[in-house]
Amino acid sequence: MKQVFKRPPSLKDVPFHFCPGCHHGTIHRLVADAIDHYNLRERTIGIAGVGCSVFVYEYFDIDVAEAPHGRAPAVATGLKRVLRDRIVFTYQGDGDLASIGMSEIVHTANRGENITIIFVNNTVYGMTGGQMAPTTLVGQQTTTSPHGRDSLQAGYPIRMAEMLATLEGTSYSVRVALNTPANLMKAKKAVRRAFAMQMNDLGFSFVELLSSCPTNWGMNSLKANERVEKELIPHFPLGVFKEPKGTDPL
Amino acid sequence: MEKRLFIKGNEALALGAIKAGCRYYFGYPITPQNEIPEYFSHALAKVEGCFIQAESEVASINMLLGASAAGARAMTSSSSPGISLMQEGISYLAGSELPAVIVNIMRSGPGLGGISASQGDYFQATRGGGHGDYRTIVLAPYSVQEMHDLTFLAFDLADKYRNPAVILGDAVLGQMQETMIERKYHAEELPSKDWTLTGASGRKPRLIKSLYLKEGEMERHNWKLFEKYQRMKKEEVRYEVSWVEDADLIIAAFGTTARVSKTAIRLARAAGLKVGLFRPITLFPFPEEALLRLSQRVKRFLTIEMNTGQMVEDVKLSVARDADVHFYGHPPGSPPVPEELLESIKKVY
Amino acid sequence: MGKIIINRERCKACALCTLACPKELIVFSKEVNTQGFYPAECPPDNECTGCALCAESCPDVAIEVWR
Repeated sequence: MKQVFKRPPSLKDVPFHFCPGCHHGTIHRLVADAIDHYNLRERTIGIAGVGCSVFVYEYFDIDVAEAPHGRAPAVATGLKRVLRDRIVFTYQGDGDLASIGMSEIVHTANRGENITIIFVNNTVYGMTGGQMAPTTLVGQQTTTSPHGRDSLQAGYPIRMAEMLATLEGTSYSVRVALNTPANLMKAKKAVRRAFAMQMNDLGFSFVELLSSCPTNWGMNSLKANERVEKELIPHFPLGVFKEPKGTDPL
Repeated sequence: MEKRLFIKGNEALALGAIKAGCRYYFGYPITPQNEIPEYFSHALAKVEGCFIQAESEVASINMLLGASAAGARAMTSSSSPGISLMQEGISYLAGSELPAVIVNIMRSGPGLGGISASQGDYFQATRGGGHGDYRTIVLAPYSVQEMHDLTFLAFDLADKYRNPAVILGDAVLGQMQETMIERKYHAEELPSKDWTLTGASGRKPRLIKSLYLKEGEMERHNWKLFEKYQRMKKEEVRYEVSWVEDADLIIAAFGTTARVSKTAIRLARAAGLKVGLFRPITLFPFPEEALLRLSQRVKRFLTIEMNTGQMVEDVKLSVARDADVHFYGHPPGSPPVPEELLESIKKVY
Repeated sequence: MGKIIINRERCKACALCTLACPKELIVFSKEVNTQGFYPAECPPDNECTGCALCAESCPDVAIEVWR
């Protein structure tokens, strides 16, 4: 027998602090998998957002910079413009990217910066205790929408992958989920493809990963996983919204 | 034969930055400093640098953070309201110990204010401005020559201390044209950048952060920053004194106000009043000891600023207990005229 | 023919691996780990094919697989 699955080397062998069933751990592994698949570890720099994402430096065995809340795409822009042959990615949650960081992500995509964005969408603010996020669903109860999100007061959940796909500067925009093995495999391919695009200077790549947040959804991990299927995917459809012409999907 | 240029302050600053090795500029348009991004937008391409007109000042300061983390000499510029937007980023730069040069061509405020010169951001520049217990190096030019030369110093000090450095100009300095000598930049002996993020090839990974959650870490980090600032206070103070040897009254002023004060002092001296000038060039570190020494002999000071009273507090804190510190404020608008300053001198002489 | 090893101390008993296993082989230990979880385990002498879907699903990267 030979070993067919083990921890990617770029993922440090330390326990994750994430809650049981939280998909952040899985997403960290997929990113490390992509980095190691293409042997990028020594030339990759990660930019951490703020939120549950802030601790990426504890887990990835690469150079990492911490960015202020929402600003990771701008920090990544500055860094990549100096070191054009390095691989630069950001790792951001839905508050970081779609709320306070909305300007930075839209303009970074618009400029077509050759970087990769890993966007963890779990429809809630995790680290700070479960407040409403720009991606919170209508009717979803959070600590700042105790009676459920009211679209008249708080608007509608934003579909980032579709929105960024409308910009000419965006080369690759995809949404994936992690709730079933089939979806997991597609997610792995999407993350690898995004990094491959950056390696080949194909422009701005954006991967939105629908994730669960059992703690702040008030559910156990299995129910939370189910919610991704039942409630998130209907509003945030999976698929590729933009891809560079003439490239194959790996 | 030294080459002389007839050049605008804002342009002289940008020219100085490029000569000092700045190859990355990120900024957003705001009056009265637009010549700076405009200059960079054509000049950086010639030296294979990179210019980005960012979507906001917030984005600008964060792009600067990224470029600095990668080891580059990079800068941004703005004017008062835009500098307010950058405060978060500046706090992060200081906390992460990243070198950076930030230029504030001050305009009137508060709020949207106006586009004329002021010195209303002295507190913002020297008292942090952003959150947390940090300081930025603050340099105050008072001529087009200094707009150029102090830029060299800003980059060197930022790299020497791994700290943000602010160049505090104003609308008059930015917009005026005068001759300057085109000085060469001489690279100083500076610590090597062994902390930059370039990809962990053949070495352990590095981390640029300002988050310290473990027991005792934050306290140690703050003391470490404090030691840096103490060193700056000992080694980097710069100021200029004029006509102080026999002065009975000394004007304390920086930037454009100091410039006008020199003319006012000439007028005063012609009228028999023995007035001198103390001009801080570093606002942080503030020349406390030099002022204290001066105040051992001269007991009357007149602080003149284009605001309603900011640097005067530092002057009061610095001078001997038995020295009197008066204040004349000329809030934002057109700069004060020498005759007006002469009147203020006569009132307290 | 496959085999998995679940790191008892890393497992948080989130049970996502039990969802993934096509043969429903994974159960929970009766002994608690030092974090207070009853970790998942795969009893020996089973029909594990080494498909690794459990490992792919594990958010804590607690599973290693052999085939």
